[in-house]
Amino acid sequence: MPFERRLLRAEPSFGLVRKLCQVPWFYVLLLCALAGVGYVALYSAGNGPEPYASRHVLRFGFGIVMMLAIAMVDIRFIARLAWPAYAVGIVLLVLVLRMGHVGKGAERWLGIGGMQMQPSEFMKIALVLALAAWFHRASWERIGNPLFLIPPALMVLLPVGLILKEPNLGTAVITAAIGGAVFLGAGVRWWKFVLVALPVPFAARIAYNHMHDYQRARIDTFFHPEQDPLGAGYNIIQSKIALGSGGMWGKGFMQGTQSHLNFLPEKQTDFIFTVLGEEFGLVGGLALMGLLLVITLGAMAIALRCRHQFGRLVALGIATNFFLYVFVNIAMVMGVIPVGGVPLPLVSHGGSAMIMVMLGMGLLLSVHVHRDVEFGAVRDDIP
Amino acid sequence: MRDARKDARKDGRGRAAFTRRALLLGGAEIAAMGLLGVRLYQVQVVDGRRYTTLAESNRVSVRLIAPPRGRILDRFGTVVAGNKLNWRALLIAEETDDVAATLDTFGRIVPLPDRERQRVLREVHRGRRFIPVTVRDFLSWEEMARIEVNAPDLPGIVVDVGTTRIYPFGPTLAHVVGYVAPPNEHEVAEDPMLALPGMRVGRAGMEREDDVALRGRAGEVQLEVNAVGRVIRELDREEGTPGQDLGMTIDSVLQQQVLGRLGDETASAVVLDCRNGEVMAMATNPSFDPSLFDSGVSQAQWIEWTRNRRTPLINKATAGLYPPGSTFKMAVALAALDSGALTTSDRIYCPGYLDVGNTRFHCWRRWGHGSLDLRGGLKNSCDVFFYETARRTGIDRIAAMAHRLGLGTHLDIDLPGAKRGLIPTREWREAHGHAWNIGDTIVSGIGQGYIQVTPLQLATYVARIATGRAVQPHLTRTLGSAPQPGAQAMDWPPMRLTPHELHAVRDGMWAVVNERGGTAPQARLHLAGVQLAGKTGSSQVRRVSRALRDSGHFDSAKLPWRFRPHALFVCFAPYDAPRYAVSVVVEHGNAGAAAAAPIARDIMLDTLTRDPAGRAVPGQTIAELQPG
Repeated sequence: MPFERRLLRAEPSFGLVRKLCQVPWFYVLLLCALAGVGYVALYSAGNGPEPYASRHVLRFGFGIVMMLAIAMVDIRFIARLAWPAYAVGIVLLVLVLRMGHVGKGAERWLGIGGMQMQPSEFMKIALVLALAAWFHRASWERIGNPLFLIPPALMVLLPVGLILKEPNLGTAVITAAIGGAVFLGAGVRWWKFVLVALPVPFAARIAYNHMHDYQRARIDTFFHPEQDPLGAGYNIIQSKIALGSGGMWGKGFMQGTQSHLNFLPEKQTDFIFTVLGEEFGLVGGLALMGLLLVITLGAMAIALRCRHQFGRLVALGIATNFFLYVFVNIAMVMGVIPVGGVPLPLVSHGGSAMIMVMLGMGLLLSVHVHRDVEFGAVRDDIP
Repeated sequence: MRDARKDARKDGRGRAAFTRRALLLGGAEIAAMGLLGVRLYQVQVVDGRRYTTLAESNRVSVRLIAPPRGRILDRFGTVVAGNKLNWRALLIAEETDDVAATLDTFGRIVPLPDRERQRVLREVHRGRRFIPVTVRDFLSWEEMARIEVNAPDLPGIVVDVGTTRIYPFGPTLAHVVGYVAPPNEHEVAEDPMLALPGMRVGRAGMEREDDVALRGRAGEVQLEVNAVGRVIRELDREEGTPGQDLGMTIDSVLQQQVLGRLGDETASAVVLDCRNGEVMAMATNPSFDPSLFDSGVSQAQWIEWTRNRRTPLINKATAGLYPPGSTFKMAVALAALDSGALTTSDRIYCPGYLDVGNTRFHCWRRWGHGSLDLRGGLKNSCDVFFYETARRTGIDRIAAMAHRLGLGTHLDIDLPGAKRGLIPTREWREAHGHAWNIGDTIVSGIGQGYIQVTPLQLATYVARIATGRAVQPHLTRTLGSAPQPGAQAMDWPPMRLTPHELHAVRDGMWAVVNERGGTAPQARLHLAGVQLAGKTGSSQVRRVSRALRDSGHFDSAKLPWRFRPHALFVCFAPYDAPRYAVSVVVEHGNAGAAAAAPIARDIMLDTLTRDPAGRAVPGQTIAELQPG
């Protein structure tokens, strides 16, 4: 098996210095800018560098180093780690169901050596890798074969099911959507998506009936927040008040009344966008959204420039993951979709989320650095 | 390497599809972000104004500042109801680590009963930790000093000052000034200012009559608060308007003299300025301590007051109803003269009784007075003379005249709870389903039967006879700096009674006191050049049967207290230039001449000696108060 052997022999194809030159430094600069926005927002939320902003910078510094280290790793080696990573992800998800910390009625957190982590976040990246590995060398015709799609579909459904059981509806939906994006990039025919999407409204109806009360309450209060202004609807209402009172130019740095007088809940995590929106107005909010969009599209550009399917699919999956984070978070604080505990990447306070984002970014950079490496070919015969 | 070209070709279709789809996905992401941008524009700019208002109402909390309650002053500016600073110890729970320990230390410095300690702990648990809880009210200066010295050992304890209502004259003016008490829930719902700690509502007397003016208007302070309600800073402050001071017509010194003269009797007395209707004194005995209501009256005390036959809580001067007895005879006389049923020269023979139909009505003097004219009838208080006069005049004319003179009618006195009394008429009796009997007219002639009047009405009645003007009694002299209506002397409309008629009645009243054989020689003033004119009255509270009266053994003084007749005396002085009118009612005092007349004489003597109406009030004379 010559291809297998070549994969096994995947040694550094070129030197470290050349690799560093290949790193898209402008893109890294954009990430630093985003983390800088996070510093400003957390400085205001914490009324000074402590307790959020200084730690945010520290974590980001650590994350940058990790990201660059991952970027140096040969993409072919990473591809070999795809399946083990997927297996580890599944084990962690099972573990969290068995012995995870309960946060807000759901088992999401797992303590590892004093650190807290959410296995579902790791799972999303592992899933992207695994799916990319599966579709890596499949030909257009082969992908047209429905039987070929059954294993990857199960690969998506298994973690989605485990995450739903935590229960964490938001992350489950995002995970499924990332899987869908990789399927789309791999060339799965459009009609198959339509076929899967058609029964979704009915499935949603059934899912709603089987939901936990707190999840149902979130959806109910989303549609009618004023019915429960002091309970679950309070967050959305106060967030909208904060944003709305910011107006066009905002109230000024550290001048947000909603955040500084604690009317805004969880301002350093889920509602960090609101803090910025209140203090810097529509101008600041649109600027941040522009930055986030540029970072997303930059990841897509990296995907387009990659010469191997594995890299393309990994970049696409990571870009989608990043964008879904951003979209869900911002839509949530503006009251467009139900509240769902999704942080704003590199802006919200939180160590484990930051590490996962930087891990994904490291993979993305590795794809870019190794975009032209010789990495297998499309084959019809390999399973 | 050998497959590279083939690979590229095979890969070509997939890569092209990927590029297409990735671009599509990127486009969708741009569109989705665009939609979020539109939404952000809608929230921040289109609805911005509404959300700004909501953010402000979140942030700004408006609190009221209690205005000090207006004082009540007597006519010379002496404070009769004022505010005293009340030093109190408050506990702010969040400033101490251990509330119980702080209270223990506090208890060693200033006595704190266990029940109070429990209450403080309860309130601390109930409220937010930064809201102060009152630990002890009314700290003495010494206790305060001890707390201040031990302040380092008392974390969370602060000393604060509020106000409480004080009444320097206590029971002396209780019925006129009234009292205040904490507001009830209904009142708090109507006026949020009353929810402030220490706010009080007037419950009786002038405190209630002018409660709104005394209360003042609350100030407002705008505070910036955070989500749990803690105050961050003060944004704006608007001072309120303190309650207005109320100046009364009462002379507190005279009031004390009058109450002192009532002694232990269950009695009331009113001193009126005949010329302008100012009430100089209005005393009721027994009285009560008005300051007890401020912190809440004990149930035992309340039961004692309400069950007491001598009704200490009732202002007898305005709400005590008594048959006027013989003091009513001037009204009968004026009704008869005014209607022409009697002339001043008409004489009526009194054999000691008058037979009307089958009923015999007795004179108080069993053997009769003989032939009398009006002057003699009043001087001797002959019952038969007024039986006959009433019969000739008719009840409706008597009632009309009594109403004109201020009896049994609403006097419009500026004091809550004043009773109207009753002068019966044919119409009134028929409205109650009974026929009017001639006998009812006969007994009305001597102020008995259904007639009921108040001591204030009696004083007004005398003032109107003395001046010939429709004098209105009133208690308010100034409110804030504005003079109140009715302060102008002799400004009242004339009564439309001829001087001849008025003179006849006044002359009769003069004879009662100053002429040999009058019924009240005790009331004569021993004052050079000043003479008093008055009229006695004794009103039965129980029917005395003819058999008992005829037995010759009847002596009302031997009856149980509550069945004895009331003793009344009304008078004015000086006779030739009337200035003051006095009415005295001694409940169950038996005979007006013996029980009430000496009291009335002494009160009049005190009044004339002190002459409160003639004394100028520094900076507050009527002329100075007139606007313009």
